[in-house]
Amino acid sequence: MTQITDTPGTANGPNQNKNIARYLLRHLREYGLLFALIAIMVFFQIVTDGTLLKPVNITNLFLQNSYIIIMALGMLIVIVGGHIDLSVGSVMGFVGALAAVLIVQLGWPVPVAIAACLFTGALIGAAQGYWVAYWNIPSFIVTLAGMLVFRGASLLLLEGQSVGPFPPSFQLLSTGFVADLVPPLGAGVAALTGANRVNGLAMAVGLIAVAVIVWTGLRARTQNRAYGIEDEPTAFFVARNVIVAGAILFLIYKLSTFRGLPNVLITMGILTVVYAFITERTTLGRRVYALGGNRKAAKLSGIPTERLTFLTFVNMGFLAALAGLIFAARLNTATPKAGFALELDVIAAVFIGGASMSGGVGKIVGAVVGAFIMGVMNNGMSIMGIGIDYQQMIKGLVLLAAVIFDVYNKQKQG
Amino acid sequence: MTPLLEMRGITKTFPGVRALDDVSFSVATGEIHALVGENGAGKSTLMKVLSGVYPHGEYDGDIVYDGQVMKFGGIADSERRGIIIIHQELALVPLLSIAENLYLGNERATAGVISWRETFQRAEALLRKVGLREAPQTLVDRIGVGKQQLVEIAKALAKDVRLLILDEPTAALSESDSQALLDLILELKTQGVTSIIISHKLNEVRRVADTVTVLRDGATVATRNARTEPVSEDQIVRDMVGRSMEHRYPARARKVGARLFEVSDWSVTHPEHAERRVVRNVSFHVGVGEVVGIAGLMGAGRTELAMSLFGQSYGRNAKGRVQLNGRDIDVSTVRRAIDAGLAYVTEDRKALGLVLDETILKNITLANLEAVSNAGILKAQKEIQVAEKYRQAMNIRTPSVFQRVVNLSGGNQQKVVLSKWLFANPKVLILDEPTRGIDVGAKFEIYTIINDLARDGKGVLMISSEMPELLGMCDRIYVMNQGAFVGELTAQEASQERIMSLIVTE
Repeated sequence: MTQITDTPGTANGPNQNKNIARYLLRHLREYGLLFALIAIMVFFQIVTDGTLLKPVNITNLFLQNSYIIIMALGMLIVIVGGHIDLSVGSVMGFVGALAAVLIVQLGWPVPVAIAACLFTGALIGAAQGYWVAYWNIPSFIVTLAGMLVFRGASLLLLEGQSVGPFPPSFQLLSTGFVADLVPPLGAGVAALTGANRVNGLAMAVGLIAVAVIVWTGLRARTQNRAYGIEDEPTAFFVARNVIVAGAILFLIYKLSTFRGLPNVLITMGILTVVYAFITERTTLGRRVYALGGNRKAAKLSGIPTERLTFLTFVNMGFLAALAGLIFAARLNTATPKAGFALELDVIAAVFIGGASMSGGVGKIVGAVVGAFIMGVMNNGMSIMGIGIDYQQMIKGLVLLAAVIFDVYNKQKQG
Repeated sequence: MTPLLEMRGITKTFPGVRALDDVSFSVATGEIHALVGENGAGKSTLMKVLSGVYPHGEYDGDIVYDGQVMKFGGIADSERRGIIIIHQELALVPLLSIAENLYLGNERATAGVISWRETFQRAEALLRKVGLREAPQTLVDRIGVGKQQLVEIAKALAKDVRLLILDEPTAALSESDSQALLDLILELKTQGVTSIIISHKLNEVRRVADTVTVLRDGATVATRNARTEPVSEDQIVRDMVGRSMEHRYPARARKVGARLFEVSDWSVTHPEHAERRVVRNVSFHVGVGEVVGIAGLMGAGRTELAMSLFGQSYGRNAKGRVQLNGRDIDVSTVRRAIDAGLAYVTEDRKALGLVLDETILKNITLANLEAVSNAGILKAQKEIQVAEKYRQAMNIRTPSVFQRVVNLSGGNQQKVVLSKWLFANPKVLILDEPTRGIDVGAKFEIYTIINDLARDGKGVLMISSEMPELLGMCDRIYVMNQGAFVGELTAQEASQERIMSLIVTE
């Protein structure tokens, strides 16, 4: 066919502008997500008169959303693999209940109980994954059944009562903070900004995170250059990094003027990095994307599709169990209602983050940002005193808008 | 004769690409008009303009039909005028009956209530007209592709077709089904139906077409009247590719070495009906550097044979012996078959061969990720090097290996599939219809790749429904019919007639 476009990257002036426009159009989704989160935060910061970004509320925001984010990591992988898991809310509640029974009622040592709970989660995932992977039973059905079964099972375990409180060592899972290991840095920053006290470790972690993000960005850029991959225009690269770095440092600084780094944030951060690495840089991750993209082709390429599907559910069960423990630790009690309807928030986060219902598409970072978008909206609307009725409606519409935007964008690109 | 259809100065652009450039195309009443050209030449786009898929206003130029300028706003408009297009991918609902499919969207109903008596009666008459002996109540997924194609034509007749457009109607059909279909088109012509047929099979074009129009790079290159002067295939090919193709099959120094791959007494049963043996006691061998063909009709069990050998991807109760270099190998799973040195290039590259939404790079390394990773961690640079190497070696036409496969043409997609399997470094390659739906130029390239493989000492087993292709490429040809091998011919002995007679006499 006759090409009537210009060769990219060779000309200056108007062509360069055109290239930038084209690049932006093609990557609208990724930028859009990030800027949507920032815009939402700015919006609520203004309408809540600055309450949203108060140090205590930021800490709260992380604590409140940690279990959704942790489950979103597993859900993204399940969805990329071409399935869905509706049972995570119930499994999370069940594992919280199990923890309460083991620790509070039976007096098991906390570490042993935690290990047992995580194992149980993985086992539940395995039980569901078995039917999906090896019997080809639709995951929607299997996990819908699981959702009912484990909701009932938590009621049974707790005999319909709330069970608590947990010993302090268990509560640390959620409400604990990491001790300040580098107070001099904190003192230095405090002297600069005039704050009362600043947690040095938090600042150190923030600075390191920013350094790593910028460094990997630059490295990827030189590599792309070397292989002639279409490059992000320099202005975009700089702007994006400045905004991301600024946002991280801002949040970290706020956290450090409160009580420093919550344990949960560390858990969440490490898990996010680990899962991003697995999905993007390992053969395991690549195979899951291929499986979701075209199961038959993946199978005929020698990929053990059944076993992989099975493993995505085992992993999901494990993460749901972890989320259940964190949730129980945060409430300091296990209730039969724990995790109710939470699977919908998790699934919504993954789709807002750009995953495709048909599998094969989606990114860990997208799912995490998607979860934060939901989280900030929950938090912001609660501060504003908007009723749960409107909150639900608004969240539903945001989910729909995000997916419509996706589809529209895809059609436009042809 | 007055033209039934005249498309004048049609130009259609997509962002960045001019797909049609001032194309003029005229079809006389009552003729069969063949539209040929390489993939991407603009044939399908032109037909989409005609049928209203691209509505009036999205293209420049005029469509004059029946002496009037048409402004179709959608397919429904063109269908109302009797212009009906049958796409390559059939548009039938598999779990509805033939009769329901025939009248889908056009139901025999009063006030929304379907009259089944009328539906079935009319359906029966239509099926008789197209020569399909099936009950109208039969579900569409119970009949083969060849018969489904006839159902599509019957469906067109149900809509009072005047101009029938067939996009590669015989691409998925066996030789005999193709013949029957072409006969039907000729028969419809006598009943006053004008047809446009898009095809890559030039012998078929020559057989039925009254006029041949060749498109190249979005423009009309030539329109030849096949009734006044015979049109040769070479002539058409030259028009299509813009150069002369002296040899359709590249030459190869034929040197067959020792026995490389040997299958003895291989049997497989149907996955659901354990008593039905789909492959029956098949034995064959492939030598080092040998290209061996398997000829046969659609449904002879060739693909089933190949897939069952490749990790039992088809069927159950596989029995028999598989040897490589004289040693038994385990082919019970795809992984084991690959590790043993087999590769299978599927017949249906979109559904079974490629992850369409992924990049060229990710598709190429998929079957051998171990070679581009260390302890399960992918080596990005190594992957790019590998993909680049194959992009150049295979001449995959793409700006970069980060292009998604879905954007490539059929020929380039097939090269990606071949790259994937070559990177897995097999000793024996089973190629199932390696050139289906690929244009002449790309076919030649695929043939060259096959020859290179043989020269490098690989064994190639090639399944094809195009007999000239087997005759042009293979050292030896097995003939398969109803699940069993019914003959073996050397390159010297083989001819289309001998292959057909082996099939028919069985």
